[in-house]
Amino acid sequence: MKTENQKAWFFVLPVLVLVAFNALIPMMTVVNYSVQETFGDNVFFWQGLDWFEQILRSDRFHAALGRQFLFTFLILIIEVPLGIIIALAMPRKGFWVPVCLVTMALPMLIPWNVVGAMWNIFTLPDIGLLGYFLNHVLGVSYDMTQNPLAAWVTIVTMDVWHWTSLVVLLAYAGLVSIPDAYYQAAKIDGASNWAVFRFIQLPKMKTVLTIAILLRFMDSFNIYTEPFVLTGGGPGNSTTLLSIDLVKIALGQFDLGPAAAMSLIYFAITLLVSWLFYTLMTKDDLN
Amino acid sequence: MAKITLSKLRHSYMPAPQSPSDYALKEIDLDWSDGGAYALLGPSGCGKSTLLNIISGLLVPSEGQILFDGQDVTALPPDQRNIAQVFQFPVIYDTMTVYDNLAFPLRNRGRDEATVKTRVMAIAEMLEVTDMLQTRAANLSPDNKQKISMGRGLVREDVNVVMFDEPLTVIDPHLKWKLRSKLKELHQRVKATMIYVTHDQTEALTFADQVVVMQDGEVVQIGTPVELFDRPAHTFVGHFIGSPGMNILPCTLQAGAARFADQTIALEGPIRGKPQGKTEVGIRPEFVSLADTGLPATVTKVSDVGRHTVVECQASGSRINAVIEGAGPATGTPVHLDFRRDQTRLYVDGWLASTPDTPDTAAEATQ
Repeated sequence: MKTENQKAWFFVLPVLVLVAFNALIPMMTVVNYSVQETFGDNVFFWQGLDWFEQILRSDRFHAALGRQFLFTFLILIIEVPLGIIIALAMPRKGFWVPVCLVTMALPMLIPWNVVGAMWNIFTLPDIGLLGYFLNHVLGVSYDMTQNPLAAWVTIVTMDVWHWTSLVVLLAYAGLVSIPDAYYQAAKIDGASNWAVFRFIQLPKMKTVLTIAILLRFMDSFNIYTEPFVLTGGGPGNSTTLLSIDLVKIALGQFDLGPAAAMSLIYFAITLLVSWLFYTLMTKDDLN
Repeated sequence: MAKITLSKLRHSYMPAPQSPSDYALKEIDLDWSDGGAYALLGPSGCGKSTLLNIISGLLVPSEGQILFDGQDVTALPPDQRNIAQVFQFPVIYDTMTVYDNLAFPLRNRGRDEATVKTRVMAIAEMLEVTDMLQTRAANLSPDNKQKISMGRGLVREDVNVVMFDEPLTVIDPHLKWKLRSKLKELHQRVKATMIYVTHDQTEALTFADQVVVMQDGEVVQIGTPVELFDRPAHTFVGHFIGSPGMNILPCTLQAGAARFADQTIALEGPIRGKPQGKTEVGIRPEFVSLADTGLPATVTKVSDVGRHTVVECQASGSRINAVIEGAGPATGTPVHLDFRRDQTRLYVDGWLASTPDTPDTAAEATQ
């Protein structure tokens, strides 16, 4: 006989409380704002789904969303292959392993706003090392405060510098876990270097790469600090990514209703893409 | 298929080896005849995997040569030696189907798809995996994965030698036996030379026609399972093979006979040469019996191992095992041990020094 009781709920309770304070309650205040209009003094007017409609129809949102997807696409298409190549080139044993690992980990240890400030100074046309070198030594006109292309090249390069290491370290962890026997068997089977990569290394790295891409997607899609410190979203609106635009609406214009609606849409997109990607990547492993 | 000759092979993992202890393999000379089933048996770290990797070409020996049918292949890479190797952990290509896994070595060598198909089908049938050809290899059980990695070796029709590096380590006990008999059957069907590396005596003795016993980078004895059991050339072989292993007792020599604990122990026959160094008597537990007279000893432990009983005794500081039929005496009982004379061997510095009786010496002994 199976005895049933409801005691198990008590064990779930601590987690529920934690999640409530950590995510649910803050989120519900945003939901609260997103369906109302307020002029301060805690006076609210019911607005229904108007804010959502307004955001979804606004060209400004479409433009920011487009820039956001472009940014995330660019950094993924650079960081993932580059990370794999660096991981493949790293030594597997010996003195240089810790040296490489520490060197790789360094950029990730620097706080985000410091990274932004560093790159800002680094690229200043008159005194920055890179800016001066490009403008005055190579004669390339480069000023990210004037030229949108220069601004884009700079924020993408900065992100690649800051976060490729994450992909490298994860891919490397996947690579070192491959037993020697696989390489030996491949040698005996007469496999080419490409076949070794395609049929041994890549499949063995798949899990960690899925995690790496997921993390890089979420982080880059939500990125705020670095581009804000570096370009402030300019020149014009050319590097105004979703989060920068959101802060402008919420804190610059103090439009709390539309900002809340935009936050929820933003969150839904991040969640949806992450879920789709993860489901697609892991569906083979289930059957 | 080929005859394999190892000539004056030595290997060290150090850049500049000085003393013999720097060598993982010390001077190996061996001939493996075409189509034979061999086992390399020895404890972990005795150099058997090193030797295997040298034959397959994954390692280049420090000194010496490897010949396949008289041709020097020492410098050839693994894929040009036409060898196959099955590793301790099944190596399969996860993303491929079983069919593609088996076809992989052929496709890498540029065979046309029709040839590939015939070979893969033939091998799949031999291994009884035809019904899983279209499943993804990653979803197979460990024993089937190991079958597939074996199949990738056998699929090439020109394979010289198939090597197994402890292939049953990760296989469930009840499947080990099945896979082992499959291996034996495969050997009879494909007639390729097979070398099986293991530290498990049962695996070695059941698989191989000839067993090569290694210790500390040296070949200690080569022989059929029966030879290894009957006349171990070295105390190590005596101890390593058999369950429990051979009893080894320190002794002194007096007028051609061994003396242990103030008792004379009759040897199987005359002693070869003039022994100098550490002398020991060796006798397998199967040939020690409890008797009314003989070496006095005390029973310290009795274990019933099913078909027979192992009686562990203590005599003058040495442990002696006896395998007897039926129930053993109680622990602490004083007993007398009798050694079967024709199975009592003398070892000098570890190596066999007694020789069996010839009619002449037997007559002499009875006088």
